[in-house]
Order: sequence, then structure tokens, then C-alpha cells
Amino acid sequence: MAVGQGLVKGLGVTLKHLLHPAVTQQYPDEKPDLPPRTRGVIALKEANCTVCYMCSRECPDWCIYIDAHKETHEPASGGRARSMKVLDRFAIDYALCMYCGICVEVCPFDALFWSPEFEYAEHDIVELIHEKERLEEWTYTVLPPPSIEEGAEPPAEAPVPGTAPAAPAAPAAPAAPAEHRENADGGA
Amino acid sequence: MIAQAGESIFNQWFSNYWLVLVVKTGVVVGFFLVAPMVVGYAEHKVLAHMQSRLGPMYAGRFHGWAQLVADGVKFIQKEDVIPKAADPWVFSLAPAVAMIPYIVLFVVIPFSPEIFALNLDVGIFFVLAMSSVSVIGVLMAGWASANKFSLIGALRAAAQLIAYELPLVLAAASVVMQAGTLSMIGITEAQDRYWFVITQPVGFVIFLVASLAELTRPPFDMPVADSEIIFGAYTEYTGLKFAFFLLAEYGGIVALSAIASVLYLGGYRAPPLLGLIPEPLWMAAKIGALSFFVIWLRATYPRLREDQLQRFSWLFLIPLTLVQIIVVGLVKVAVR
Repeated sequence: MAVGQGLVKGLGVTLKHLLHPAVTQQYPDEKPDLPPRTRGVIALKEANCTVCYMCSRECPDWCIYIDAHKETHEPASGGRARSMKVLDRFAIDYALCMYCGICVEVCPFDALFWSPEFEYAEHDIVELIHEKERLEEWTYTVLPPPSIEEGAEPPAEAPVPGTAPAAPAAPAAPAAPAEHRENADGGA
Repeated sequence: MIAQAGESIFNQWFSNYWLVLVVKTGVVVGFFLVAPMVVGYAEHKVLAHMQSRLGPMYAGRFHGWAQLVADGVKFIQKEDVIPKAADPWVFSLAPAVAMIPYIVLFVVIPFSPEIFALNLDVGIFFVLAMSSVSVIGVLMAGWASANKFSLIGALRAAAQLIAYELPLVLAAASVVMQAGTLSMIGITEAQDRYWFVITQPVGFVIFLVASLAELTRPPFDMPVADSEIIFGAYTEYTGLKFAFFLLAEYGGIVALSAIASVLYLGGYRAPPLLGLIPEPLWMAAKIGALSFFVIWLRATYPRLREDQLQRFSWLFLIPLTLVQIIVVGLVKVAVR
């Protein structure tokens, strides 16, 4: 009967949902299943930082605070003294950070990394400014880069044919990207 | 032909009149405090799973069974606020007027031929009268709140409750006609050959729909919906008074499920061949099934607008119920 059919179908839908288990992840007891490249917190590898100020300038929110000075060192093998910049302070204010990732993208020396850690809420907003030491600690939580998808173009950092492949992380056989590049070389 | 109940077990256990009175009161009040909590917890969980979520999981450690206990404690410890412009006596008494009729209703519900508080000869009449009294509680709440929107909510609620009072009463009347008695136990015993839902399915549906509207349960919850008038007549209430309104609603669900199962589903009588399971369990099962159905409807249907609601009652349900009564009357006369 046309009248009331919708009513009965509606009851069927809710009954079906009742009988299927809910996929709720109960957060504090179960950690969430985060996708690769999740943006949780930004980590700083101080060894790679040359204090070029690119991240600080490009940050839309001006949340990166950098203080540095120059030092000079005599090289071991003689020659003039080389000067290098040394970080005094590198702080990211996570109260301002909008997690856009521009600083990570723009760093020419791979000193900034994304980490999937997100549980760093504080009771005092001042605690949300992470200094150099804390940012270095976050590097221990940075994940290795996710593997390349099937059939994707190999990245520019991939090994040149003739030399040994650098990392065995890619699931695609090294032969496939090597062939691809040989064709490109042959064409060029 | 109409079986009469024996003495209740409370009279059989104790002979002192006052002791029996105290025990019966304790049992009724205890049931009224526990059953709505069970139904309320079921509502949280069933509604949640129907919406693909989990519901309370934390209170009491095991799937949040103590959630409503925690809610009760929370309401008890809240500050009792009475708006300055409100009428303090009417404001304070409104929750009582809304809730006590549903407690009193439990007095006539039988769980077996011997487990009942009172076997009134006018059982169902008493039930319908009591459910009408709680309408006054809503009106008192809205009027005394000194809040224009509460008043509008109360008047809409009262209009809805009055509109659906008639189908409720008339559907119950056709059952009474078929059973030949107003007594609750009498009606249950009159269903010894077949349940009245088989001969009056339309009446059953009408009674259920009208009880939903009496309790302002979805899809008839327009007077108390958040998006309508915050909470209608109950907007200004907080703390224990608010808890009593909620208790009245869930107590009403249990009470009206019990009444509907007595009237149409054979009360405590077991279906054929399943008589080994004790009768109170059958009554509890039927109350549970109808309460589940009420919760199921809440999860499924959008709410009716004020005018749709009124039209549905006055122009559809009441004529249908009158037809039902006429049919029952004709059959009664023809069969005799």
C-alpha cells in the first residue's frame, strides 16, 4: 500500500543501523588511526638548520620566532675563518600556528618535519610556545615518509641508474622506475 | 464470565492493613523510580546504536549503565532557581502535578492475577483520569514561568494533549466494551482466548499514537523540542524540578506501555504454549517491547508541526476511533 510505505521503510533503516555494530573509536582508550602525512606538530632538526629565516618569513601567522648570531671557526686544514650562524632561539607558537605546513614545505634544508603527535594541549596558553629543545624532541616522533603509490612517477630524489638504490622503502620494484628513467634518457 | 482477581500477594503475606499499605506504596514508588531509569538507559543506548554511535560507555564502567544514576545525582545537587517574576507556589508545584498522576497510575497495573496494588473496579477509568490530570501540570509550569515563550509552549502542549485525549479515551472505551469490564485485571482475564489486538488492531494503533502524543514523545514532541521553543513550558526549570518532569515523561512511557499491553496485548497472560514463563516476566516483556517501539519511533520520524498534529487528531484519529467504537458495538450486539 502506498500510504505508510515510507513510514515502514524508515523503521527498517533504523532497525538495520541498530543491528550493525557502531565503528566509534573511543578516544582516550583507543588511539585514533591516523592517515600518513598527518599534520600533528612541527619538529625541528637543529643540525640541518642554517638560520636562513625562510620559515619565519613565509609563515602567514608569524608564529616562528628565531634569534641567531654568527660565529667564526678556523677550519682544521687551514685557510680563512669560516663564519656560520648559530641558533639562539627557535620557537613555534602553537597558539598561533594554523598547521598550513608552509614552513615545512619552504625549508630548503629539510630542518622542519611533520609529526602525527597531537596530544599537547596545555592549561596555560604560554605553554603552547614550544622552544628549540621541545621541537627537537618531536623529531623522535616523526614517521618515515610514506611509500610511493603504484604507478606513480619516481621522486626527484630517487637514485640515478648505475648507482645502488638508496632506500629499500619503495614497494615498487627498483627495476620499474629504473626502466622509466632509461626511456626518458633514451628519448632525451 | 469475567474473572475476578483474588487477593493481592501483599495482602496474603501481611495481615496488618497499615503494613500492607506501606509495602504497597514502597513497591509502587520503587518501581516508578527504577523502571523509568531502565527505559531511559535503554533509550540512550538504542537511540545511539540506531544512529551508528555508542551512547554512554563511561559511567559505571560497563557500557555506562550508571549514566542515569549520575544524571539523577547531578540534578539533585543543582541550585533550585525560581525566576523572580514567577509565581513561586505554582512554579514549585507544577512538577508534582505532572509527575504524581503517573506514579498513582502504577497502583492499578497488574503484573499477575496476584501481583497488583489495587484491583479497582473502575481501573481503566482511573488510569485515563490520572493521565488527564498531568495536563494541568504542564499548564501550571508554562503559566508560572513568567516567560512568554514558556506560556506559548505550554498552551501548544495543552492543545496537543487535549486533542489526543479523545482518541485515547475512545480507543480504551472500545476495549472496555469488548471486555465488558473497567477493571484492569478483568480486561486482562477477558483476553484468555485471544488478545484484543487481534480484533481491534486499528484501536491498538490509535491508542499507541495517542499515548505518544499524550507524553509529547517524538514525532509529537513539538511542544518540548529544542528548536521550537527551547523546551516549551519547562524552559525555566532546573535541578530536581526538571528531573521530575523528565521522570514524569519516562514514567509515563512505562505506564502507558503497561496500559496498552493490558488493554491490547493480554497483559500478563502468556501466549499459547509459553505458559511456563512466569506472568510478571511476560508483563515486563510486553512493557519492554512497547517501550522499545516508542524509542524506535523517536529515532525514525521527524516531528509533526502544530497544525499537522491537530489536524491528524481531530480530522483523522477521532473519526476513526468513533468508527472503531461503532464496529465494536455492532459486533457485540450481533454476537449476543
